[in-house]
Amino acid sequence: MTTTALPAGTALTSPLLAVDGLTVRFRLRDAVVHAVTDLSLTLRPGELLAVVGESGCGKSVLAHALLGLLPGNATVTGRARLHAPGRREADLIGAGERHLARHVRGRGVGLVPQSPATALTPVRTGRRLLEETLRAHGHTRRDAPAAAVRIAADVGFDPADLDRYPHEMSGGMAQRLATALALAPDPPVLLADEPTTGLDRPLVDHTLDLLRRRCDTGAAVLLITHDLAAARRVADTVAVMYASRIVEHRPAEALFDDPAHPYTAGLLDALPDRAFVPVPGHPPRLTDLPGGCAFAPRCARATDACGTLPRLAADGTGRVACHHPLREEAPA
Amino acid sequence: MTATVPGAADAVAPGAAPAGGLAAHQVCVAYGGQRVLDRVDLHVAPGETVGLRGPSGSGKSTLARVLALLHAPDSGHVTIDGEPLGGVRHRLPAQLRTRVAILFQSPRAATDPRLSLADVIAEPLRATGTPREQAAARTAELADLVGLTPDLLTRRPHAVSDGQLQRACLARALVHRPDYLLCDEATAMLDASTQAHVAAVVTDYQRRQGAGVLVITHDPALMKRWATRVVDLPAA
Repeated sequence: MTTTALPAGTALTSPLLAVDGLTVRFRLRDAVVHAVTDLSLTLRPGELLAVVGESGCGKSVLAHALLGLLPGNATVTGRARLHAPGRREADLIGAGERHLARHVRGRGVGLVPQSPATALTPVRTGRRLLEETLRAHGHTRRDAPAAAVRIAADVGFDPADLDRYPHEMSGGMAQRLATALALAPDPPVLLADEPTTGLDRPLVDHTLDLLRRRCDTGAAVLLITHDLAAARRVADTVAVMYASRIVEHRPAEALFDDPAHPYTAGLLDALPDRAFVPVPGHPPRLTDLPGGCAFAPRCARATDACGTLPRLAADGTGRVACHHPLREEAPA
Repeated sequence: MTATVPGAADAVAPGAAPAGGLAAHQVCVAYGGQRVLDRVDLHVAPGETVGLRGPSGSGKSTLARVLALLHAPDSGHVTIDGEPLGGVRHRLPAQLRTRVAILFQSPRAATDPRLSLADVIAEPLRATGTPREQAAARTAELADLVGLTPDLLTRRPHAVSDGQLQRACLARALVHRPDYLLCDEATAMLDASTQAHVAAVVTDYQRRQGAGVLVITHDPALMKRWATRVVDLPAA
């Protein structure tokens, strides 16, 4: 990849995670699902990157591909190099199960799952889940209990509630516990897959602030969300996915104030504090993508040129994949 | 307990709801000794969009379920156009039951995974004994209204996205042309475009039918845009 959207003032430090040409396909009985196509992005220390898009555009598959958690009918190609400080650089794609289990999941790359209620072991209390995780990551039997209480308090989980079982917790409590479990091993990269779904506003803000603070200590967070307001609140950079590809990627402020891709502009116009008008038409099926720009059938700016696939190319502050971006390059 | 927004259609004195509309009167609900709703009044007039707001656990969803006649209150009662439904418990006459429809937050929890989307939409028609051809025509009409393409109608819930499934739930809610529609965080898990589309379909239906709508949402921007009047439910 040639260009990267950088938050203003970010030093050109080497990335913690560099994804290059990531492609994921699922084989079905009579079709192939194009879930992620030729996706490249980098995550630098301290960066919070939000990946946004309509449901079913491939956002969650990206997270699961990075952790080697895809089902058996998935084919993954491309590279995703994790360069955690003090550890050997490793490619996550095609890494062995043993390597992923011992060095990547939890330790190198943490995951805050989409649905905490189903991700927590139902037969263990919050305290046991946390202590177990801490002990698996180097804490001793003696100091794990105190560390569990501290980490719970950090995420806003009242330590007095640690002895509850998952089914005795509200959605918000389960969410905070899942976050605590992901943070316990202190991973340099955290993937948060729709971490705020089903939470009310104060809890959404609390969870987002927690992710933001995480970045401010030098870790990197990849936030996968359909909630544009959430992305705007905390993200340094935003990547917009449409039909398995990144179509625009730039610093959050520039993306929200001055989008270049017509799809980004359409998504922003759908916000209730903007025009509140949906993007016309429907997203294409990932089993049956058009040959050219996948957004062209819904796009008012489409021309014959859109029959060929636009490259994700440098554009002002970031990257955009469009033959007719809303902001043409300023004349030199 | 009402905080009003400009353009409020009516300022109702507690206990003195006008005849028209869906209303809760002095409704109390407790779960295992924990009182969630304490003598709550709420009135939704035909044609208006009432926003219901309150912290987590304040009983917003419970109130919606009481109004949708899915949960009998411990005391108090619900009226539709002044007609009390007090004594009625589980077996409401179909004409009353179908006048109020509800749309839930999670479409996956609100649909039978074994049914195709067409059957999901047609289920309330079957339940009231609508002839097959008539039901099929009505299903196609509604699918078109909510923006579901015919190829999606043969799929089951697991093979469609949350946004597509919620569209099917909206079609199902509108299938009997309800006079009142309750949206309980119905767009919280949808992307911005699908949310705007669902809200547009509801608003359009409301205009044509003169229906009253209750909207529950945590999103201040959505509340401001969608509701014509906002009611705050205090913490339990």
